[in-house]
Amino acid sequence: MAKIIVVTSGKGGVGKTTSSAAIGTGIAMRGFKTVIIDFDIGLRNLDLIMGCERRVVYDFVNVINGEANLKQALIKDKRIDTLFILPASQTRDKDALSKEGVERILNELAEEFDYIICDSPAGIESGAMMALYFADEAVVVTNPEVSSVRDSDRILGMLSSKSRRAEQGLPGIKEHLLLTRYNPERVVKGEMLSVEDVGDILAIKLLGVIPESQAVLNASNSGTPVILDEESDAGQAYLDTVARLLGEDVPFRFLNVEKKGLLKRIFGG
Amino acid sequence: MSDHSFELKGSLFPLSVLYCQDLSAAAVKAQLQQKLAQAPAFFYRAPVVINVESVTQAPDFEAITEVFKELDLVLVGVCGASAELKKLAQAAGLAALQLSKSKTPAKETKEIEAKTEIVAAPVMETKVVEQNIRSGQQIYAKGADLVIRGTVGAGAEVIADGNIHIYGTLRGKAIAGAAGDSQKRVFCHKLEAELISIAGSYWLSDSLQGEYWGKSACIGLQDDKLVLADLL
Repeated sequence: MAKIIVVTSGKGGVGKTTSSAAIGTGIAMRGFKTVIIDFDIGLRNLDLIMGCERRVVYDFVNVINGEANLKQALIKDKRIDTLFILPASQTRDKDALSKEGVERILNELAEEFDYIICDSPAGIESGAMMALYFADEAVVVTNPEVSSVRDSDRILGMLSSKSRRAEQGLPGIKEHLLLTRYNPERVVKGEMLSVEDVGDILAIKLLGVIPESQAVLNASNSGTPVILDEESDAGQAYLDTVARLLGEDVPFRFLNVEKKGLLKRIFGG
Repeated sequence: MSDHSFELKGSLFPLSVLYCQDLSAAAVKAQLQQKLAQAPAFFYRAPVVINVESVTQAPDFEAITEVFKELDLVLVGVCGASAELKKLAQAAGLAALQLSKSKTPAKETKEIEAKTEIVAAPVMETKVVEQNIRSGQQIYAKGADLVIRGTVGAGAEVIADGNIHIYGTLRGKAIAGAAGDSQKRVFCHKLEAELISIAGSYWLSDSLQGEYWGKSACIGLQDDKLVLADLL
């Protein structure tokens, strides 16, 4: 049975799509058959981050409406052969998704895939609710600042009350905290909330901490999930995150300010 | 000075009202006998009023009165009568009563009586919530104390008619004594609240800063003012 993981946050621009792409790719790299679904109908982005925007013919809404079948709409990744993408529609809006339609597609995908990653849109409206409703696990993407933490808290409330598992009285969705754009230097200066602060407020298990990194923007612009940039700090942090998501015990990195050597200090880091 | 030895006062008494389509003496007798057989003692010399609203043919009131006497019932009068029927009833020595506005058939009134019997004894209960209350969530313990085994997040609201106990951090709003009881209190393990209210009096976080901020506290109302105190 496939595991359905929603990547959500409430707030926009915190790194949901970047994280969905990285986590989905990371799981697929381990040999699991994985599909990433873009639930952000009308604001299609995942295809850009994954670098497959020119191969989008049919989309999620087409499949729900029966205008195409899943095989036609799924885009196979060119780098990893166990990875697939189901793109969002750019011309429709979020009301195009119906609970019955989404359930039907997820059931169909569950027969073939090991992991289904749902890339949620921002907000708490129907699109975001649809993305989280069928989830087994949730990765709550949060930036270390107060408004993002507040919105994550709100989404955690939704996960525990508005999901299928909550409505049917099943065991709750397993919640993970993914802290992105973390900058230890600014934490030391008191300009950013620390891992401890965020963990204290949200009170869920920490899955990963992704440092603020130039590599993320570079990766997005080139259409390569940042996890494939194994040299970068962000790429390594996502690799650790995927390992923890799969149940491995990996120590946290990139939490403290790196001590710069003499040469780095002279020539810049 | 009024004379207390003789007074005429209006009063309300429960009367059984008979609803019967066919008011021929024979039919009334047959139906009443059937009813009386079920509970003879209950209806013994019971005062009865006949509702004649839906009657089409003028009944023989004198014959009906005889039937009632025979069955040990007291026919008091009629209600819902047209002007014509009123005259006939009065001629037979019956009172013409005004119909009360609520035209509830006998069956429904019985149901209402049954309902009022199920009023539970007032017991102050406790609602226990075994999880964190997230931003945007609202918990209301109606007529009960509220115990939260978790943290109340910023933007969340916990409301109780009774006391509120929070074993985690209180970052949101806590409203105790929501029904107006000023004796209720808020207890929390760590006070970082947005707002605390007891029976309508409230404090915002600005006025909660100080000695107890970030620590355990007990908040109650004294002389219409909120008072903070040690939890222990």
